Amino acid sequence: MSNAKLPVKKGKSEEASSGGSMDFVTMTIANQLFGIPVLQVQDVLGHQRITRIPLAPPEVAGSLNLRGRIVTAIDVRLRLGLPGRQKDKPEMSIVVDLRGELYSLIVDSVGEVLSLSTDDFERNPATLDARWREVSTGIYRLNNQLMVVLDVSRLLNFANLEAA
Amino acid sequence: MDDLLSEFLTETAENLSVLDVELVRLEQNPNNPELLSNIFRLVHTIKGTCGFLGLPRLEAVAHASENVLGKFRDGTLHITPGAVSVILRSLDTIKGILAVLEATEAEPPGDDSALIALLHEVEEGKEVSASASAPLPPKAPKAAAKAPLVMRPQPDLDIDFEPVRAAKPEPEPEPEPVKAAATKREVVVAEPVAHEAPPERDSGVDPRESAPKESAVAAQTIRVNVDLLENLMTMVSELVLTRNQLLQILRSQKDSEFAAPLQRLNHVTSELQEGVMKTRMQPIGNAWAKLPRLVRDLAHELGKKIDLQMLGADTELDRQVLELIKDPLTHMVRNSADHGLEIGADRLKSGKPETGRVTLNAYHEGGHIIIEISDDGRGLDLEGIKRKAISNGLATESEITAMTDQQIQQFIMKPGFSTAAKITSVSGRGVGMDVVKTNIEKIGGTIEIKSTKGRGSTFIIKIPLTLAIVSALIVECAGERFAIPQISVVELVRAAADSEHTIERLKGTPVLRLRNRLLPLVSLQTLLKLETVEGGSDDETFIVVTQVGTYTFGIMVDRVFDTEEIVVKPVAPILRHIEMFSGNTILGDGSVIMILDPNGIASGSGNISLGESRGSEATAVQTARQDEKMALLLFMAGGGAPKAVPLSLVARLEDVDMSSIELSNGHPVVQYRGKLMPLVPIDPCFSQSGEGRQPVLVFADGDRSMGLIVDEILDIVEEKLLVQLAAERPGYMGSAIIAGKATDVLDAGFYLTQAYKDWFGSSGTEAFEEDKVHRVLLVDDSPFFRNLLTPLLSVAGYSVTTVPSAIDALGLCEAGESFDVIVSDIEMPGMTGLEFAAAVRNGSRWQDTPLVALSSHASPRDLDRGRAAGFDDYVAKFDRDALLYTLSQTLSAHKGAA
Repeated sequence: MSNAKLPVKKGKSEEASSGGSMDFVTMTIANQLFGIPVLQVQDVLGHQRITRIPLAPPEVAGSLNLRGRIVTAIDVRLRLGLPGRQKDKPEMSIVVDLRGELYSLIVDSVGEVLSLSTDDFERNPATLDARWREVSTGIYRLNNQLMVVLDVSRLLNFANLEAA
Repeated sequence: MDDLLSEFLTETAENLSVLDVELVRLEQNPNNPELLSNIFRLVHTIKGTCGFLGLPRLEAVAHASENVLGKFRDGTLHITPGAVSVILRSLDTIKGILAVLEATEAEPPGDDSALIALLHEVEEGKEVSASASAPLPPKAPKAAAKAPLVMRPQPDLDIDFEPVRAAKPEPEPEPEPVKAAATKREVVVAEPVAHEAPPERDSGVDPRESAPKESAVAAQTIRVNVDLLENLMTMVSELVLTRNQLLQILRSQKDSEFAAPLQRLNHVTSELQEGVMKTRMQPIGNAWAKLPRLVRDLAHELGKKIDLQMLGADTELDRQVLELIKDPLTHMVRNSADHGLEIGADRLKSGKPETGRVTLNAYHEGGHIIIEISDDGRGLDLEGIKRKAISNGLATESEITAMTDQQIQQFIMKPGFSTAAKITSVSGRGVGMDVVKTNIEKIGGTIEIKSTKGRGSTFIIKIPLTLAIVSALIVECAGERFAIPQISVVELVRAAADSEHTIERLKGTPVLRLRNRLLPLVSLQTLLKLETVEGGSDDETFIVVTQVGTYTFGIMVDRVFDTEEIVVKPVAPILRHIEMFSGNTILGDGSVIMILDPNGIASGSGNISLGESRGSEATAVQTARQDEKMALLLFMAGGGAPKAVPLSLVARLEDVDMSSIELSNGHPVVQYRGKLMPLVPIDPCFSQSGEGRQPVLVFADGDRSMGLIVDEILDIVEEKLLVQLAAERPGYMGSAIIAGKATDVLDAGFYLTQAYKDWFGSSGTEAFEEDKVHRVLLVDDSPFFRNLLTPLLSVAGYSVTTVPSAIDALGLCEAGESFDVIVSDIEMPGMTGLEFAAAVRNGSRWQDTPLVALSSHASPRDLDRGRAAGFDDYVAKFDRDALLYTLSQTLSAHKGAA
């Protein structure tokens, strides 16, 4: 039964189609759960000393030194159109690799790695905030909450953002 | 050993080993034209170089082989193992000669006529057919014909065995020297049938030398993949950063036991860094080596006289970059010589020397390498380009009209534009320019065109050094640190309330007086939109005096730290659009820091905005194109409309304490820098009894200065000055619209003579004071300048006649007027100064009258251009002293000559 269903599901969710399940690093931003495919994640960092970059887009928090490599830090909150983080709140970062460049995504907290069945995957609802829809590939229905899958390349595509 | 020779040996050894392999492949795939042409090219290269180096023996052998290969290539000769063998044999002979060459630096004596004859026979198709059709029985007749050939049929050679033989170190005192070579032949040919053994003996080569052994010279140099060097460089960069970090830690720990080893590490790292850098650097002259020949040949072919000048050939640049720009450079030089320069007769007609000039100039500037290719030819044909662009659909007519000349010229870089332009013989320029542009942009460079019709074109290639270790000055502004490449930093000035230098503001625009000049300042904080940190800024500011091209400005920062060696790393792609930064790096303390790009700052600040596509291109272009505009100082004085005076006439701006004004000889004076400076109020009702401070414009000349008291300094603007209403009062030139307001333009000369009656008469004019009054003809389309210069020159003792155009001037010439010297503007509507000069020089009555050019841009290039047109000297507008000095010099020189 479920076997018969699977191909249909697959067709629906092109990006997350690698089979029965996928692993995601989860994180929370403003109490919403997000996920990034685990293979794209290089590092998880605590609070870092960040050099601000003047004139950069507001979403770019600055750059930091990760073991001798310069990593551009992105404030995901601002990227998602959420209010900025309060100074005293803790922050964590997920370092991802995009075409050879490292980016550090600043989020509120990083959770565990979840292995999720593609059966629970669903495309973004059409009514989702346009900004979120743009950077997300879809939604996973978890038991007690929903997880938004972030597409790293779209998340870091600022040119689109400026054009919009 | 001669560098050239050793390079030749290395290269040829390499080529030969490639040839060995390729020939064998060819034999297996006789129908592979690509392979064949590659082989032909290699042999051809060897032949060519031999001829060049004066090695007749090598050349003869290579030439004969080349002929055979040529026939192969043309398909007139079939490729047969026999023929290939003969060629391989000649290669062996070449190797033998090379070995001797390497040892003795001279070709060994000897005779290759046998081999060459054999090759000729192959060429004629004789032997080939024979050995190809009947490979098994050794061709006795052939061998007989070639007495020296030793026949060595080895029909059942074991191939596996052979390589061992061949690889064996040869130089044994061989009783049968042919054997080694012969066996080798079989291996290579992979067709163990009967073959003639190479007649090494007979070719006069020492058997030992003939043995296929590694060339010693070739062993001294190795070719390394550039990627490997690139990797090394990256590693070294990282090492440098790590070292910096360690040194930083060391600095904070006194008496550390790590001090000594770290010091050592420091030195070794520096040396390593230098060494690795060196491996990649080559003088650009290497890429130019072939150009003189190319230009010479072109000159012959086209019937032109061309003088190729190459400047800065020792400018070093990254080898990889060098390789990539080699072809574009060659292409552009060819373009300049071919299409840029006119033929001799045309040049003479337009008043230029018959010999055209193509100049290559390379230099480092601000972390970039600049390569200029310029010619003094006809320049780009703008009209033609416009027509082409419209007909090619690249732009509409209305778009074109809105474009600057610069933008229109850019069209020649568009793909497909070139050929079309050539067919219509518009100017011919731009053949393959799109390819050139693409190649240069591939390595992150830019290309810029400057062209003036009739005066030539200049292409400026700017290649950034993307991966380089540079020394940078670390500064702080609003709590953030930035690095400024040391190369563009001229000096540091500390400005504070208690120091000699203070920052003044002209309507909010900060300026600094620096050695009698006003230095425009850029606030880094404002520019980068940094937030002020509380408690951070005390009254102290540091000014980093920075130079970009010819433009010097100051960057205001809060603190200046150390200089540090940094590795420029490119910024993340999402930040590339920010022009203020050229990259970022990691400092010794592990923090990330942004590297400021002085070019970007220059273009991002103030009025120096440049065309959108060219971003940070040299500000020099800007000044050149803005020739009509000038910087004006706006101020209020004596009520009424704002007043304006050319900024370049003003030496300094001062704030004078009114109570310090004294009266001397009935005139107000103030003690200024240990001297008395007369003050002249613009406002006739000015009373000096006032309190407080009053702004004063200081005009200086030599050791004299005078102050013009004004009420308030308003602004500095760049405006086109068009005096619209003639002045009805003394002291004014007239009125103009400046910054949208009616403004009185001050006649500075009037006030200067109020302070010193002899203001203009004293300097530089002594040389001919006793002489008769010299007559000066002033040609300038701008009434402002005629008004400005007439009193100036009159006071200096000249009799001045002014005309508003070159045509009028020529009219005076025809009318029989004569002058001692002619001063002419360059940019004039109708006939330009250069055309005027050419006309004057070209057999007019005035052809012996000295000509002085007056122009708002006086770069060396303009100077050259002016001289070429017939001007005796070139003076920048506004440079009063220079003008007077030049006039007196020109006149006395002329008198001396006459």
